[in-house]
Amino acid sequence: MKRSFAASILFMLLVCLLAFTTTAVAQPAQKNVILATTTSTQDSGLLDVLLPIFEKKTGYFVKTIAVGSGQAMAMGAKGEADVLLVHSPAAEKKFMADGNGVERRLVMHNDYIILGPPADPAKIKGMKKASEAFKKIAASGSIFMSRGDNSGTHAKEKDIWKAAGVKYEGEKWYQQTGLGMGQTLAVAAEKKTYVLADRGTYLALKKRLGLDILVEGDGILLNIYHVIEVNPKKWPKANFAGAKAFGDFMVSKETQDIIKTFGVDKFGSPLFFPDAGKKEEALGQ
Amino acid sequence: MDIILEGIRQAFILLVTFDPEVLGITWFSLKVSGTATLISLFFGMSVGTVVALTQFPGRKFVVSLINTGMALPPVVVGLFVTIFLWRNGPLGFLEILYTPAAMIIAQAVIATPIVMGISLAAMQQLPRKLRLQILALGATRLQMVRILIREARLPLLAAVMAGFGGVISEVGASIMVGGNIKGYTRVLTTATVMETSRGNFDIAIALGIILLLFAYLINLVLTYVQQRERPR
Repeated sequence: MKRSFAASILFMLLVCLLAFTTTAVAQPAQKNVILATTTSTQDSGLLDVLLPIFEKKTGYFVKTIAVGSGQAMAMGAKGEADVLLVHSPAAEKKFMADGNGVERRLVMHNDYIILGPPADPAKIKGMKKASEAFKKIAASGSIFMSRGDNSGTHAKEKDIWKAAGVKYEGEKWYQQTGLGMGQTLAVAAEKKTYVLADRGTYLALKKRLGLDILVEGDGILLNIYHVIEVNPKKWPKANFAGAKAFGDFMVSKETQDIIKTFGVDKFGSPLFFPDAGKKEEALGQ
Repeated sequence: MDIILEGIRQAFILLVTFDPEVLGITWFSLKVSGTATLISLFFGMSVGTVVALTQFPGRKFVVSLINTGMALPPVVVGLFVTIFLWRNGPLGFLEILYTPAAMIIAQAVIATPIVMGISLAAMQQLPRKLRLQILALGATRLQMVRILIREARLPLLAAVMAGFGGVISEVGASIMVGGNIKGYTRVLTTATVMETSRGNFDIAIALGIILLLFAYLINLVLTYVQQRERPR
């Protein structure tokens, strides 16, 4: 009786250590590619479709770290990621100018939309210009829910406020969640506020939200995704070969064809539009 | 309300159909948290016992540190473990960030002060005279410690349960140092966070129910061991 207690603890220890060592050696380190990306590529399910194909084809093992674009680029700038799939063009250009990336290739786009409660207290429904709509939201004092997390969506939102020329920081009607897109949409829906969202996440969550698309189609609302390999000259530990293979894979014809039809069966329309080889300036024309 | 019922239904379906992904995640969660708890038992119980049974200057200060450690926020642990394990960080050469090993380290760091604090309290509440009596009967110091541990078995098993409960339910550190990588470092809590942000609330609830179910089963076993008739 007394001994069985100690023995069972010891047995559990052995089992766990055995299990632990087998997991720990399962992956050789040099085969790993750390992909730092935005939450939308993971939350939409796109990566779940693409990564198994890439891994099967190349033998690399992709470690996806889904964070905001801001954090993803911070990881890249510290050499803690090998390749980035991000959507924050202004910050990306700075990232490249600082010599943190090797190549920045256009992968795909979708668009942002301005959502709000069906009652639409600021009367912005159907407006053509996002900045004008933001002005009206500010003037009406209706609450606007911001991500506030340095993500690509947050950066875009700040661009639009800038274009609108409205002071928003510290205003009573301007609230920040500091959360991902899905959670921010849930908060906005619960509190019946205005919010800027990417169309993919909105489509995925639409049925539970009760928020309507009020403004769409403005050029400024384009949401463009690029793939960037982290500079191995700056960070010798970065797996450049793996990063390059991933970048090439994302712009390959096979992948672009998958992106073109991804989401059609579930949401009735594609979530992303493939753009490999196009010029960024030519989008949305 | 119906979403909770839908979640329960989903949990049931996932369990009876032996959904390979969910089973994999569940088994992996138990493995990581179980290993982390065992490591924390080793450090927590030994240090807790030593501090409980000895007197030294600054002892109260050490005890206050251990008790504060019981409230260590997992995200803070996650942040520090991440910074240490970064490729270009002080322990980067180990190359274990975003692996199960990193998760076990972080969870062990979280569980150790919990186990230590409760073990300390458990050993200290034994009557002092008991120790003298055991020694007077001719036991060596090591034999005395063994007898004391057996005497304090009830609260010590509570320490095991508290430590395990603390790490199996923890999400902040696991998502930071593990990265929630599909089929590799995804555990029940990080999968729940992801499914919630994907808007799959029913699956998120189902995963939560499965987590509670397994936590219950493990605690049931431990409780049986704990409440067993003490040998005379």
